[in-house]
Amino acid sequence: MSRLLEVNNLKTSFYTHLGEVQAVRGVTFSMDKGDILGIVGESGSGKSVTALSIMKLIDHPGRIKEGEILFEGEDLTARTEKKMSELRGSEISMIFQDPMTSLNPVYTIKNQMVEVIRRHNKVSKKEAANRAMEMLSLVGIPEPERRIKSFPHEFSGGMRQRAMIATALSCSPKLLIADEPTTALDVTIQAQILDLMKKLTKEIDTSIILITHDLGVIAEICNKMVVMYGGMMMEKGTTDQIFHKPSHPYTVGLLKSVPRMDCAKERLIPIPGSPPDLLAPPKGCPFSTRCPHAMQICLEEAPPVFQVEENHTSACWLLHEDAPGMEGYHKGCDIVG
Amino acid sequence: MNSYITKRLVSAVITLLLIATLTFVMMHSIPGGPFTRERPVPDEILRTLNEKYHLDDPLPKQYFDYMKGLITFDLGPSYSKIGTTVNELIAGGFPDSARVGGLASILIIVMGIPLGIISALKQNKTIDYFVMFMATLGVTVPSFVIATVIIYIFAGQLGWLPSFGLSSPLGYIGPVLALAGYSISFVTRLTRSSMLEVLRQDYIRTARANGIPEFWVIAKHAVKNALIPVVTYLGPMVAAILTGSFVVERIFAIGGMGRYFVESVSNRDYTTIMGMTVFYAAFYIIMVLLVDLAYGLIDPRIRLGKEE
Repeated sequence: MSRLLEVNNLKTSFYTHLGEVQAVRGVTFSMDKGDILGIVGESGSGKSVTALSIMKLIDHPGRIKEGEILFEGEDLTARTEKKMSELRGSEISMIFQDPMTSLNPVYTIKNQMVEVIRRHNKVSKKEAANRAMEMLSLVGIPEPERRIKSFPHEFSGGMRQRAMIATALSCSPKLLIADEPTTALDVTIQAQILDLMKKLTKEIDTSIILITHDLGVIAEICNKMVVMYGGMMMEKGTTDQIFHKPSHPYTVGLLKSVPRMDCAKERLIPIPGSPPDLLAPPKGCPFSTRCPHAMQICLEEAPPVFQVEENHTSACWLLHEDAPGMEGYHKGCDIVG
Repeated sequence: MNSYITKRLVSAVITLLLIATLTFVMMHSIPGGPFTRERPVPDEILRTLNEKYHLDDPLPKQYFDYMKGLITFDLGPSYSKIGTTVNELIAGGFPDSARVGGLASILIIVMGIPLGIISALKQNKTIDYFVMFMATLGVTVPSFVIATVIIYIFAGQLGWLPSFGLSSPLGYIGPVLALAGYSISFVTRLTRSSMLEVLRQDYIRTARANGIPEFWVIAKHAVKNALIPVVTYLGPMVAAILTGSFVVERIFAIGGMGRYFVESVSNRDYTTIMGMTVFYAAFYIIMVLLVDLAYGLIDPRIRLGKEE
């Protein structure tokens, strides 16, 4: 498999009048063609900003401060805005959290889809409309000839997200970034949308970055995952590795705070406290103030990245050879399935 | 759609009749009458005048007589401009008011909207600060000050423009600028804040994420949404501007409608007050109807005349 995307030491900050908000503080990951990569983390962990940085859609006053984003070997941070906009929607597409507000209310679905298709392909309006209808029927919208003339407000939330996916995939992008695509939808619709994304990306041969705070969603469709906290990467590896051998107290906390079918009697344990202030991020590990295992060094120095197993790394001092280790960590029903 | 317009027109007629009735009642409850003067008019003459204009009839009869005339578009004789009818006053004054007002309205649209858009796109940059400074000035400085300054500088000192009348095309410049000043500023500010709001919307980010070039993101996706509140303001504004401004017409010595409006009230010129009020109200109602129709064109979420 060949390398599709490589993000190296990405740092993105917002320069507000209160000071520099360091939303992303050094994120490194990579994905191959065909991967479905999940980025999980709570609100404010920097996952959406990471995604928008890849698209170079960071609005003023934010900007990418450091790092490189290699897409098929080419550094996107060096691309001009004009060349970047040619890439958006054709090579890398993005869908967003709230389908209710993500489509322009004053234009028909047809108008908006045809616009995108014709932006990236030299086709007539009619050919573009046919392609749009083909995509709509692919995402499961019945009677596309009729529904394509609808305005967004005439669609339900699930239908709009389908239309968003249809638009995003209409130019067969190599990478689809989905920023919490199911958060605003009903649970039944969520499963349908996830199935749809999984199915379509196979058909169109698209890789996915899926941003979510829902571990269930990750377990459902992702083969790789990254756990983010306070603008930094806590742990990354394959989904199996992380679910079976979580090696960062934050990941463990996340896993403990979601209900499991096979552990009916287990209590849910929330992680106490709240995420760090990114205006003045802590010197050490961002999770140290909430971590039940925090040591002195955790407060003083940011942890290096430790290799846990092949392709599985974790940024936690507990993995250092002098540390007491993660004993007592994996025991019990809550972690090892 | 047609049935919607019919419905609106019927309700407009009813509204107009109500406005006429209310104006009639309020007007007659003011003390004095059209022939009250500082120096008392001899009773004999007063009686003759009242008799001539049927002002000695009981009020209900006067009311029904007036309404009968109104329905046939006969607004009656003016009491202060002896020998002319109110219809003639409007026909004489409206064209000048409408020409000046029409030019002012065009100026407001072609300047206010683009300035607002530019200002929003350059938020917190020098050009934005400059435009907003001018707009704040335009909103706060009254039209008579603008008018006087224009006359003083361009007519008086430089002699480029005539100081009164509309006899030459140059004569329009002063009154149009004075009349448009406030509304250009208002429309600029309105467009700017509406644009800023729209630019934050998710669908703008979607358009960018789909690779739509920035020019079209603004021109196609943002502007149409941003214009919705602006259109709301433009309708009634055009009605007010076309029917003339007392102050501006006075300063530039234009024989428009605005003058009659004010004079008729201080003269208690019953028929002229009624005529002007009804004419303005009719104009206003039509403009509001046009705004509502424009909404339907701009925003598909607004459906006209279909009751669920």
